[in-house]
Amino acid sequence: MASGGLLVGFNLFTACKPNVEPPVDISKLNFNDFNAFIKISDEGKVTIFSPNPEIGQGVKTSMPMLIAEELDVPWSDVHVAQGVLDTANYTRQVAGGSQSLRFGWEPLRQTGATARQMLVNAAAARWGVDPSECSASQGVITNGKGEQLGYGDVVKEAAVLEVPEGVTLKDPKNFTIIGQEISNVDIDEIITGKPLFGLDYTQEGMQYVSVLRPPAFGQTLVSFDDTNARSVNGVTDVLQFGNKVAVLATSTWAAMKGKKTLTANWQQESPAESTEMHDELLLGLLNGSTFETLRKDGDVKKAFAEADQVLERTYESPFLPHNCMEPMNFFANVTDSKIELVGPIQTPAGTAARIAQMLEREESEVSLEMTRMGGGFGRRLYGDFAMEAAEVSNLAKKPVKVVFSREDDMAAGIYRPAIKYRIAASIKDGKLTGYHLKEAAINNNMYGLIPNFFPAGALENYQVDVANYRSNITTGAWRAPYTNFLASAEQSFFDELAELMEVDRIQLHVDLLQNVKGTTDERIQYDPSRLEGVIHKVVEKSNWGKVPEEVYQGFAVYYCHNTHVAEVADIVLDNGLPVVKKVTCVVDCGIVVNPLGASNQVVGGVIDGIGHSMYGELTFNDGVPQSNNFNTYQLIRMDQTPQVDVHFIESDIAPTGLGEPTLPPVGGAVANAIYKATGKRLYKQPFMKNLDVQSVIG
Amino acid sequence: MPTFQLKINGKSQTVEVDNDTPLLWVLRDHIELVGTKFGCGIGQCGACTIHVDGVATRSCLLKVSDASEKEITTIEGLSEYGTHPVQVAWKDIDVPQCGYCQAGQIMTASALLKSNPSPNETEIRDAMRGNICRCASYNSIEKAVQVAATKLS
Repeated sequence: MASGGLLVGFNLFTACKPNVEPPVDISKLNFNDFNAFIKISDEGKVTIFSPNPEIGQGVKTSMPMLIAEELDVPWSDVHVAQGVLDTANYTRQVAGGSQSLRFGWEPLRQTGATARQMLVNAAAARWGVDPSECSASQGVITNGKGEQLGYGDVVKEAAVLEVPEGVTLKDPKNFTIIGQEISNVDIDEIITGKPLFGLDYTQEGMQYVSVLRPPAFGQTLVSFDDTNARSVNGVTDVLQFGNKVAVLATSTWAAMKGKKTLTANWQQESPAESTEMHDELLLGLLNGSTFETLRKDGDVKKAFAEADQVLERTYESPFLPHNCMEPMNFFANVTDSKIELVGPIQTPAGTAARIAQMLEREESEVSLEMTRMGGGFGRRLYGDFAMEAAEVSNLAKKPVKVVFSREDDMAAGIYRPAIKYRIAASIKDGKLTGYHLKEAAINNNMYGLIPNFFPAGALENYQVDVANYRSNITTGAWRAPYTNFLASAEQSFFDELAELMEVDRIQLHVDLLQNVKGTTDERIQYDPSRLEGVIHKVVEKSNWGKVPEEVYQGFAVYYCHNTHVAEVADIVLDNGLPVVKKVTCVVDCGIVVNPLGASNQVVGGVIDGIGHSMYGELTFNDGVPQSNNFNTYQLIRMDQTPQVDVHFIESDIAPTGLGEPTLPPVGGAVANAIYKATGKRLYKQPFMKNLDVQSVIG
Repeated sequence: MPTFQLKINGKSQTVEVDNDTPLLWVLRDHIELVGTKFGCGIGQCGACTIHVDGVATRSCLLKVSDASEKEITTIEGLSEYGTHPVQVAWKDIDVPQCGYCQAGQIMTASALLKSNPSPNETEIRDAMRGNICRCASYNSIEKAVQVAATKLS
């Protein structure tokens, strides 16, 4: 998968090593450890390796664009290939936190620019002129006399030259690739059904594996009977590993069928939890006093005591499964000499290391090839499925691919945990004087930067407290962890607060942001001017307040993942039920590297956010997830989808990510619009379940 | 195990599998046509959509024993070089994000346009509602179906 296809490639930085003496000293390359990115063929065609995992966020297109821009080659001459796990040559090979472009922006451009300078230096040496007399553009080097050499003509000489330092990057005004609408580099393979994904990967002799896992959280395996499974055509072996049973077969269907015929006895070792129990526990935490304080400005207690009015509201969210369209799967071939891993993973380095540790092997024995992923959303940060594959391969001494059924995928999840927020604000003489946010969460609380998001810094008295309950249900990151519900809760709260204060809800935000301008508090994460910028633009682009009377608008603004976003949801009522017709979304993510991919991320985040706010919920009873497929779990579908109108703030600031930040505020925008339409405030997700339909019909 | 004669993308194929094997897994594991995707196994997500005698069909619910004598078309056989108007529209609009569901979306859309070459918005939304896109590329899918319809009519 990492091969350069048709191209007879020449790796500028590493492939020359065996052939040339002295070898290029990679340690001298000062690209923040980035180096093995570029191959150039004799014809001047370029293969660029994309270092980070592709989960649909578009980095396999946008990261190579950064290199190609500074290398200065026509995009049509570029072939992109997925880089493999290579901790020596790549840094942060992670898909998570919307950080790939932000961290790649400087080093990837420097990689391209350094390569370009080496090509220029090689051409200059051949011509016997000074490099400063030469220029490079669009894959061609030109000297003062107008003579020209292609990159392919000099690549072999260039590759062994000393690596120049301090190369000059282009002025953004001169960008020819960055800022252009570039199609997904895998588009042809996707639309023709070529093998790209982990589930498509196969090897000679590979066994398909279906795994029986505990049906309820907190259970362990006591015994199992595999008599029937072994008689299924195609089943080759049944193995217990830890608390699980693996059925190996010559086809996926045989493995799944074999698993269904297993019978097993399980023992409940820790509490069999339920949603009812979680609700009670979390509300108990909010009512209690076992909080850890993450940020404290001034004295909220005093502000509340002196207030004319206090508004306090509690917001509740359920567990959510990730439901990547491609169910979890991974290939592993563990032999005495190596551990070969192939599949969809957001954290290749961490997963390879964990597998080496689990099998008590050296990390240097592990190779990992990342496939394109049929969605990630955080689920593929956790390499549990890859570890299963490695463990089964190690026991069976065969190449295997573990494949989750949809039921396995939803019931053996690492879920977005249920979280409840209690938010209170104090008003004195018509002014907002205090803000107190409390979080009660399953397993883990918000990470440390979040208490420094808006409205931190805008109020003299401000406090964030957190408490948690340790559950045996596995939980983890889910697209925009914590903020995916917090933004909805806070932005609903601000809407209600503005109403209570009898001030304009947009002006309330703008006024608060003025307090943050020029702050010396380095903990503050957001830029108040950029938040104000997206607010003003969304007001303009959404025709805020100027829509027909049957349209109800809700506003929300939020900062997370280094990106500033404002959204307005337009809803109408259809037989009393809210229908989201349109969302206007304004985004300030700095320079927009690829407007086509960027727009896809923005739209996807907004609709994903609406879908999960309106419909998403996983409940538990006796430790068992109560949904395990799409007949009992609702994901948003096309006929429930609004049109999303996307606007970017024009900017020359370094880019930030887009995989997550448009999702969190939209729940707030929708809740606020529903309130305008129905007079009903929504405090609990999913909205469609918790909207008292009777109260809004008619 | 029984043997089945299948006609897939105009080619005759012989497979030896159990009667109850869904055509999805025959395509993926036995004929190496992996463009048809597994999503749910119960006909709810549309990732495995193929054409059976020209009709959009969930291959996860179609047993191989019921697939003989039928003209089966998968994403690989929709056009020789990816030039079906629906595929071209998908490329022009740059629809995919992760891309996993898109073969199913394209197969549903191409079957729709075959039976109804100029669908209105409601008809597109109703026809496509059986195909889940977890990345929520629905706006782009809708636009691409409209673009393909314009080209076809």
